[in-house]
Amino acid sequence: MIRVAVQPAAIDIATELDLHDAGGHGASASFIGRVRGDGDLTELFLDHHPAMTAAGLADLAHAAADRWQLSALTLIHRVGAMVPGETIVFVLTSSPHRAEALAACEFLIDRLKTDVMLWKRETFADGRVRWVEPREGDGTRADRWNA
Amino acid sequence: MTLEIAYFAWVRERMGVADETVDVPANVTHVGALIAWLAARDARGQVAFAEPQRIRAAIDGVMMGLDAPLTGAREVALFPPVTGG
Repeated sequence: MIRVAVQPAAIDIATELDLHDAGGHGASASFIGRVRGDGDLTELFLDHHPAMTAAGLADLAHAAADRWQLSALTLIHRVGAMVPGETIVFVLTSSPHRAEALAACEFLIDRLKTDVMLWKRETFADGRVRWVEPREGDGTRADRWNA
Repeated sequence: MTLEIAYFAWVRERMGVADETVDVPANVTHVGALIAWLAARDARGQVAFAEPQRIRAAIDGVMMGLDAPLTGAREVALFPPVTGG
């Protein structure tokens, strides 16, 4: 079962776990990305493309399902405005084997940083606003999966 | 040629609109030329597209290089490199 969503609503981890685990799986690996409050950040805004963002996540999910033996995959990305502590992204992969679940989870989080139409804008307590620049390391981590 | 152009992130903020319909001259045949044309069109475009190497593009929902031809294109999306996750 592959479940992919792009949503402005808060990500409900407990509900997603329930949906994902309905069938029961041997091994599940997860990644939860949260908004950091570094430097007095007050808001993180995620811009997205109405069609291409969801399509990009679905492409990644199917690439992972083709590459590893997965029994379930959940990939949820929040968009819009959020505050420190809120969940931006939730990745959950399940497989009969832990190595497959862990590798697929890491692949998904690495690749969605470079392949999916999402842009972060940070607002700080003193009123400064800036769009996040891509990190060089993001491309390096994403590229290691090309082999 | 009539094109729908959609802007995202700081490109949208600098252009002041999320999308627009434009009539582009016949000599604007690829994405890079479209960006150069928008940069030359007005002050907003000049600011948004001052650094073309920082711009990425998609044609009708598919990521394309700046040398991609506009032939048959309906919607062109212009945006900075992505920063999700």
